[in-house]
Amino acid sequence: MGKTLAEKILSDKSHGDAKAGDIVVADVDLVFVQDITGPLAIKQFKEIGFGSIAKPQRAIIFLDHAAPSPHRQLSNDHRFLRTFAKESGCFLYEVGSGVCHQLVAENVANPGDMIVGSDSHTVTAGALGAFATGMGSSDAAVALALGKTWLRVPESLLIILDGAFPKGVDAKDLILYLIGQIGAQGATHKALEFSGQALACLSMSQRLTIANMAVDAGAQVGLFPSDDVTSEFLVSQSRGDSYKPLHADTDAEYQQAIHLNLARIEPMVSLPHSVDNAVPVSEAKGVEIQQVFMGTCTNGRLEDLAIAAGILQGRKRHPDTRLLIAPASRQVLAQAIEKGYISSLVESGGVILPPGCAACLGLHQGVLGDGEACLSTANRNFKGRMGNPEAMIYLASPATAAASAIAGEITDPREAM
Amino acid sequence: MANTVLRGRAIKVGDNISTDLIIPGRFAHLRSNLPELAKHVLEDTLPTFTSELSEGDFLVAGENFGLGSSREHAAIVIKMSGVGAILAKSVAHIFFRNAINHGLPVLLCDTDRISGGNELEIDLTDFSIINLTSGVRLSCNEISPLMSAILEEGGLIPYIRKHRDFEL
Repeated sequence: MGKTLAEKILSDKSHGDAKAGDIVVADVDLVFVQDITGPLAIKQFKEIGFGSIAKPQRAIIFLDHAAPSPHRQLSNDHRFLRTFAKESGCFLYEVGSGVCHQLVAENVANPGDMIVGSDSHTVTAGALGAFATGMGSSDAAVALALGKTWLRVPESLLIILDGAFPKGVDAKDLILYLIGQIGAQGATHKALEFSGQALACLSMSQRLTIANMAVDAGAQVGLFPSDDVTSEFLVSQSRGDSYKPLHADTDAEYQQAIHLNLARIEPMVSLPHSVDNAVPVSEAKGVEIQQVFMGTCTNGRLEDLAIAAGILQGRKRHPDTRLLIAPASRQVLAQAIEKGYISSLVESGGVILPPGCAACLGLHQGVLGDGEACLSTANRNFKGRMGNPEAMIYLASPATAAASAIAGEITDPREAM
Repeated sequence: MANTVLRGRAIKVGDNISTDLIIPGRFAHLRSNLPELAKHVLEDTLPTFTSELSEGDFLVAGENFGLGSSREHAAIVIKMSGVGAILAKSVAHIFFRNAINHGLPVLLCDTDRISGGNELEIDLTDFSIINLTSGVRLSCNEISPLMSAILEEGGLIPYIRKHRDFEL
């Protein structure tokens, strides 16, 4: 019997014949932690007592979630992490570098890699064909100490994508639609594997958006095969040598196959307080929005800012709607400046936040007031997520976010294009 | 493991209790001060939780408990509050590992057969549950031998300190 992408990568990393359901110990190519799960991971690492990191050149600390720090205690957590990075020899991305998952995609992840991150959206790097999975701080600590981790090889759901997106519809709408169909636990413990004719026209940016939210369907990983899009992305990031072909076998066994025709997908909105509460934008139209938040590891890339700038150029945000924009990385910010997107967004009344997680998880830079509604391009709308349990969060694409910022209410982006 | 038979009362919560509900991001500045952080466990969904709970009680949930962020602090503050085990119809992937990694048992069973306040007895040697209030015996999913070994050592860090590696 042939192998799925997950079985192939885990066979390679466990030096054996890994099949769905097996428990394996796999070599880890990259372990990373961020600033709000990292301090515990480092304390746990010290508790193990191994002294040094197994592969310091393959360990990274990111300061992105509370960046710059809004609290004395978080500033001290940053100090702790900086000191550890110096002592241990692992690399640290400073405040303002960007969101860990974007930086991993830009600079580190390669097809066939095994990546452990102490952040659930580590799955983002599945777009590059890496078995990238989020774990807690203790698992990350052990991966730092041993250079390996244990996993149950997941069963895979095959997502077959055909057709092309209509105008105003994008990767975010696709993944919200899919999660709406299978539910927030539709893929718990499993792998999502994407395939089909539409892959050839899905950019790396779009793939990263889709893979990013695999965990919001419960999945352990969301994997794309490697192809020309992968190769061109790696070349553009000056690491074309890291490309390797990676495909599932044609006779691989999947738990289920789901066909999606991109041409039939509409702009989608996830209503509060659940990601799988996804409806076509027409059903959410007219909801007044006090804040639009654009950015994050889901939708803070150059293509996302290009779409938003295209809609907002020469227009103003609604006077009662704040518009916050956090580019996903310094590279994204620099390119967006060069291309004029930042000027358009600022002139339309947008606030540019530093590259990082910004308002996504309720720590700083856009905490919502009681009774306020936010339309966010992030990946989670749980009650309390953006710092206030009395607020409402709607999830949508950059196009829907930009159109809604102008109207001051949830708006179909096709009407604004 | 010291105790293989646990007894306590059920405290019930609903479906889809996210890690944002268990311990919201707005308390991230307390993550290096766990006793202070633990005071806020579940406060946005069950404000009476910490006052209602007695040491050893069980947190009994519906579907997809612990979905969302990988923050291990969610499992830690539940354990610190005195919960003896989590019972749920289903549990999110990362949370499941995090709980076991801190020696907090997680049992998957039909929690519709347990009401808030019911007295439960759980035998961790065979993962069996008896609802002492109703007399109903519940079956639950077993965990893998590796997870079971981690749980027996009281968590992942003590397990690795002892074994120095994973033993399959």
